[in-house]
Amino acid sequence: MRLVPLLVSGVITIGLIVALNRPWGSVPPLGSFLSPQHGFWQNAEPADQSFSLDLNFADIKEKVDVYLDDRMVPHVFAQNDHDLYFVQGYLHAKFRLWQMEFQTHAAAGRLSEILGVGPDSAILNNDRNMRRLGMVFGAKHSLEVMEKDPVTKEVLDAYTAGVNTFVENCTQSELPLEYRLLDYTPEKWTNLKTALFLKYMSYDLSGDENDIEYTNAKSVFPKSVFDKLYPEQPQSVDPIVPKGTSFPQPLVRAITPINADSAYFGWKQPAPVHPVSKPDKDNGSNNWAVNGSKTASHSPILCSDPHLGLNLPSLWFEMQLHTPQGNAYGVSFPGSPAIIIGFTDQIAWGVTNSSRDVKDYYTVKFKDASKQEYWYDSSWKSSVVNVEVFKVKGGLDFRDTVAYTNIGPVQYDASFTGGKRTAGNINLAVRWKAHDGSNELKTFYQLNRASNYDDYLSAIQNFSCPGQNFVFAAKNNDIAIWQQGEFPDKWDRQGDFIMPGQDSVYRWQGMIPQGQNPHMAPDYPLEHPGRDFVSSANQLPTDSTYPYYLGGSYNVYRGMLINQYLREMSNITIDDMKKLQTDNYNLQAQIALPIMLRHIDDNILSSEEIKYLDLIRNWNFRNDPDEKAAAVYTLWMDLLEAEVWSDEFESVPKPYVFPERYTLIEGMMKDSAFTFADNIKTPQIETLNDVVVSAFKKAVPLLVKSDKDGKLEWSKYKDSGIRHLLRLSPLSRFHLTTGGGADIINATKQFHGPSWRMIVQLTDKTEAYGIYPGGQSGNPGSRYYDNMVNDWAKGVYQPLWVMAAEDAKNKKVKYKMTFQK
Amino acid sequence: MKFLISILITALLSFVAGLFLPWWTIAPAALIVALCIHQSPFRSWLTGFLGLFLLWGGLAFWIDIENQHLLSSKLAEIFPLNGSSFLLILVTALIGALVAGFAALTGCYIRKKPVA
Repeated sequence: MRLVPLLVSGVITIGLIVALNRPWGSVPPLGSFLSPQHGFWQNAEPADQSFSLDLNFADIKEKVDVYLDDRMVPHVFAQNDHDLYFVQGYLHAKFRLWQMEFQTHAAAGRLSEILGVGPDSAILNNDRNMRRLGMVFGAKHSLEVMEKDPVTKEVLDAYTAGVNTFVENCTQSELPLEYRLLDYTPEKWTNLKTALFLKYMSYDLSGDENDIEYTNAKSVFPKSVFDKLYPEQPQSVDPIVPKGTSFPQPLVRAITPINADSAYFGWKQPAPVHPVSKPDKDNGSNNWAVNGSKTASHSPILCSDPHLGLNLPSLWFEMQLHTPQGNAYGVSFPGSPAIIIGFTDQIAWGVTNSSRDVKDYYTVKFKDASKQEYWYDSSWKSSVVNVEVFKVKGGLDFRDTVAYTNIGPVQYDASFTGGKRTAGNINLAVRWKAHDGSNELKTFYQLNRASNYDDYLSAIQNFSCPGQNFVFAAKNNDIAIWQQGEFPDKWDRQGDFIMPGQDSVYRWQGMIPQGQNPHMAPDYPLEHPGRDFVSSANQLPTDSTYPYYLGGSYNVYRGMLINQYLREMSNITIDDMKKLQTDNYNLQAQIALPIMLRHIDDNILSSEEIKYLDLIRNWNFRNDPDEKAAAVYTLWMDLLEAEVWSDEFESVPKPYVFPERYTLIEGMMKDSAFTFADNIKTPQIETLNDVVVSAFKKAVPLLVKSDKDGKLEWSKYKDSGIRHLLRLSPLSRFHLTTGGGADIINATKQFHGPSWRMIVQLTDKTEAYGIYPGGQSGNPGSRYYDNMVNDWAKGVYQPLWVMAAEDAKNKKVKYKMTFQK
Repeated sequence: MKFLISILITALLSFVAGLFLPWWTIAPAALIVALCIHQSPFRSWLTGFLGLFLLWGGLAFWIDIENQHLLSSKLAEIFPLNGSSFLLILVTALIGALVAGFAALTGCYIRKKPVA
């Protein structure tokens, strides 16, 4: 034996194995990662991969057949609810396990566990924010309610069992790619994770308010100015419930506290707090339904189109769920049982966000730094102090102390001032409707089995937060819309600013009785002839005669345009609806641009500037992909906005938000009365002419540059894409050719937009179309990962095939899976 | 002949081990082959190296063809290999080859007598 060479080669061999068996920074353990039998190569699905399987699990009661069609949409035929949701859970996990866990980790403030604290501790901050906002607190309350109900308890249990059956039997070769990249393994699913997922949607859709930003603006502006900058309601509205509809007397009435003028409106303290990654304010949607009198088929058509952040793997997973008791088709959330937006054999439904404000902040006065006691109604009350532990990848655990008062968790305090560290010394407790237990799952469970308006109405009663506009249509020609949710009954401007938390009179005094939520029942057209459609697009639900304070912030232009079109349309076909859902007309520009053009004079412009002005003068107001004028308008408007507001806001403590776009446009319409045009930093008085011209002159050099780079066509200027949840570019789809934009019916912004376009015509045999920007598989190595993206970008739809059990031999069936004991 | 056979056996044994055991069992597999089939240190090293170069490279190549380069081209950007599927297959093959090469060399040295 030659000892030295033996030792040397032995050490090299072991050294290599050790080095390749551990991660290096963000590089996963290369040995197992690269091994073709163990690593990522196993995710490289053969292009002709078969998905047919026969599976045996003790949990299955009766045989379940799953047919996968040419787009990998599973059509599940089960004999009972338990098996149905078990199989749904199993399929969600099979196709989307990683994202389910990732999104619930995000909801639970656990991303640092798998990603580390991130640059500038951004990920840890995000985690702390989620815990401090009370995401887990709220999810546990909802879980209690869902588990108390025997129906949803069974659904949750079966779903969880299905997910876990996949997780337990998941071989190394089935492990999703992202687990390998980040070097961790899946944990068991729980009912709490489903509750967390649903709370995450509450966060996305009701987690955006401007209490802190408005408080900062209020600290500087007198009330008269503030009310002009942030009017309670836009002047031009086409509300969900048409103007002039009469509302019954309110059953409850919130009373403004006696000292509100001094303690609330007159309170001039700013809030040195920077909210962490607020949900996109355009998290909104369009939906509408028309009855048979407006359609070519004489049957109702319902359209739904939720606008959300666009990611890969997609938020949605398309399915058909069939039992002898019900048949539902539509999109589901991997992470939750049931179909969320879709249709049954008799009815269809869709949702848009209500945009109401159900999240308010209160100041808290603690006795001392221990936060054990707080001042409330003239005495010291005990708080509950929780220590939150954050596991950190590659680091020590982080501990965070969060106090809970009877209002809710103290989200901000000296130890946590949000995304930025400030010398903040303000304690803010948050009261959020999503903290309360509620059973939204029951709504979807019942909708999946609904066959008429009464079923729909009883289903949505369970829906409390986030407030949603549920649009409805049925084969019997009923159409309806309800703004559904539990909304606090507020006095005028209650909760628009941070409220004093020492006094119980500032608490929410009650909830608006659900029957008084804004709605249009199927008998609405009888009382108001001619109104044979219902629609919503995140606009105000009613005009100002509604007897409750609405708060919130609303979109103006999308809803106005949709209603304008729907009023005019007749003999509507599915193709007409496709055109409407993907319409690129820019109503905002149609209103604002003539005013802007009126205030600009060719004589003071250079020839280059006139070139761009002519471009926009000849514009047809469509944000089509190849329109350069759309980019000119957008940039000009953005700069005009900055030109008008920047001077006024210079003295406002950060963070703040500029007034809504419609406030600027409505102000400009008043022309000379619009005093905000003046730059208060200069001695002379600027007019609208000055700011409009100055914004334009600032825009032109940027436009010239974009033009030179070949990036002035609207699609290139906007540069839409769909990002992987980990923001890994090679797993994302960038530079898509799309039109539309914010405030446009086709609401495709850069990374945000129509996440599921659906059109359902309720003829005897339902005819439905839909598409979402992604693919059924969450595996980047599958051709079903992003196979619908190109069609989605082009505005093409896929026919949605409602399969019947006897269609098993149909050519559309590509694979078959069976589940049995 | 001995050389070729030992390469084939190394690849085969590693493949079978890989079906049930962790990735690094390619090392004991190559070591055992080198221990049983006696060759010079350099030939042993080359046996292990080529055995796994061919096994991992071949498997990855085959998977990649079947997958129509869909995943490899994405991974070759994350890593970053300029999006080249070929380079990713090469890196895969080299990693397996290096480990098995030195494992085989170790196996060779474990035998008492040097080969003439």
